[in-house]
Amino acid sequence: MNFLIMNIPLNITSTIHDWIYSIMPETAASITIMVLIAVIYLALFAIIGLYLVLLERKVAAWFQLRLGPNRVGPWGIFQTIADALKLVSKELTSNDRIDKFLYNLAPYFVIVSTLIGISVFPFSKQFQAFDINIGLFFLFAVSSIGVIGILVGGWASNNKFALIGAMRSGLQTISYELSVGLSLLTMVLLTGTLQLSEIIEVQRTGGWLILQGHIPAIIAFMIFMIAGTAETNRAPFDLVEAESELGAGFHTEYSGMKFAYFFLAEFINMFIIASIAVVVFFGGWLSPFGITDGITWFPEVLWFLIKVVMIIILMMWFRWTFPRLRVDQLLTLEWKYLLPINLANLMFMAVIIWMNWTI
Amino acid sequence: MEAILFYILAALIIIFAVASVTSRKILRAVIYLLFVLISIAGLYFLINYNLLAAIQLTVYAGGVIVLFIFSVLLVHHVELELEKTPLKRKIIAGILSLLGLGITLWSIFTYTFKTATTTYSSIEVRDIGLKLLSYGDGGYILPFEVISVLLVAVMIGAIIVAKGEKLKEN
Repeated sequence: MNFLIMNIPLNITSTIHDWIYSIMPETAASITIMVLIAVIYLALFAIIGLYLVLLERKVAAWFQLRLGPNRVGPWGIFQTIADALKLVSKELTSNDRIDKFLYNLAPYFVIVSTLIGISVFPFSKQFQAFDINIGLFFLFAVSSIGVIGILVGGWASNNKFALIGAMRSGLQTISYELSVGLSLLTMVLLTGTLQLSEIIEVQRTGGWLILQGHIPAIIAFMIFMIAGTAETNRAPFDLVEAESELGAGFHTEYSGMKFAYFFLAEFINMFIIASIAVVVFFGGWLSPFGITDGITWFPEVLWFLIKVVMIIILMMWFRWTFPRLRVDQLLTLEWKYLLPINLANLMFMAVIIWMNWTI
Repeated sequence: MEAILFYILAALIIIFAVASVTSRKILRAVIYLLFVLISIAGLYFLINYNLLAAIQLTVYAGGVIVLFIFSVLLVHHVELELEKTPLKRKIIAGILSLLGLGITLWSIFTYTFKTATTTYSSIEVRDIGLKLLSYGDGGYILPFEVISVLLVAVMIGAIIVAKGEKLKEN
């Protein structure tokens, strides 16, 4: 019966874990824990999604010398919650001449793949739901499912703008997945493991990986940020939506909560990309120079969140700085620049490790 | 628990496999096929072979199915349906698949499975990587290299097919 508990190291605070096991029979306890973890992660998902939207609007306002949302609650902190409530109460409209089954299914591909993705991150030493031994590769595999939702949604809408958006999304995601994978592979050479918790343990003694791997690690980080921005379909790579050309791209025909699924998934994807960057390059939940290592009660999750927010602000900075690329420029950037640089960088990293030139 | 999960996954595989071949809308058939592939990945997770499950998801779900969907997007409209198969072909296909099923079931039931004596541990990526590149006993470096040569040949072939006449002009 305790198969699931054996395979999936559920180490969200072992104290709660032990307590639930002490008051219930084993079967009930493992199911209770699964439900608890699901509820915690769903709550996390909603909070992260809503507050990233708010952060985006604040950062956008800041870049354009505006105030941003400031009416609902102090500094507008309840604005996105109000928006979400509005979206829930909206009517789900749809056309007659669509493929109903696929049209309704498409948002779930996107949202489920991001939900699974978020479960593998170690937010702190204790707070990790699913510490699988192929962590990074698992993330890569799951995130490759998400694009199917966009493709199917765009096609099933029976709308030419949605179809063009979906086609562009296919091109973009398939191309840039290569760069994301190769830049992470460069770092895996350094860590020697794919498990996310072990990647962080490697950095505890040797310093953050971006310092350990110096030049090739910095190149890999830059490529990862470019390709990661493209993977999340954000500006300057937002050809999939491209408001001024395609209406709203692949989700033109979606309304209410189904639109909100696509919209939230984009922001959670941004969080996932930033979290991968933090875990693989910046030491995850480890404090800089170990300044809080001596303090036992200090919540390590705070360091994780601070680093993630900094990377996310960097991605928002991209969005409000660079103009959108054309499709041919997008593909030239990937296949003629990023991919060759990435392959050379991989060899460079291998040489550095072979000659023992790491710091 | 393991048995329950296995039966759920097996039922999903069979239902979606049948749905995939009987659906008359091409993209729906592709999506049902995707569900079959994801359920198979679930089976691999169930036996704790995580790497193969992740490869199943990346290569089949993320790669092959995306290419299928992509080609459907290029050539097919949402309201088109595939033509009905004539009854004669249906009967022939049914008999053939029943034969296949019979052979598979027969070989499964007549084979005497050995019960595992050693405790099974999950296969690490590290071990697979080392075996793949070792040239000692039981190493797989030769097949690995042969496959990479095959892939290069396929890529060159694709470029020649795509460029066609343009290559002759230069």
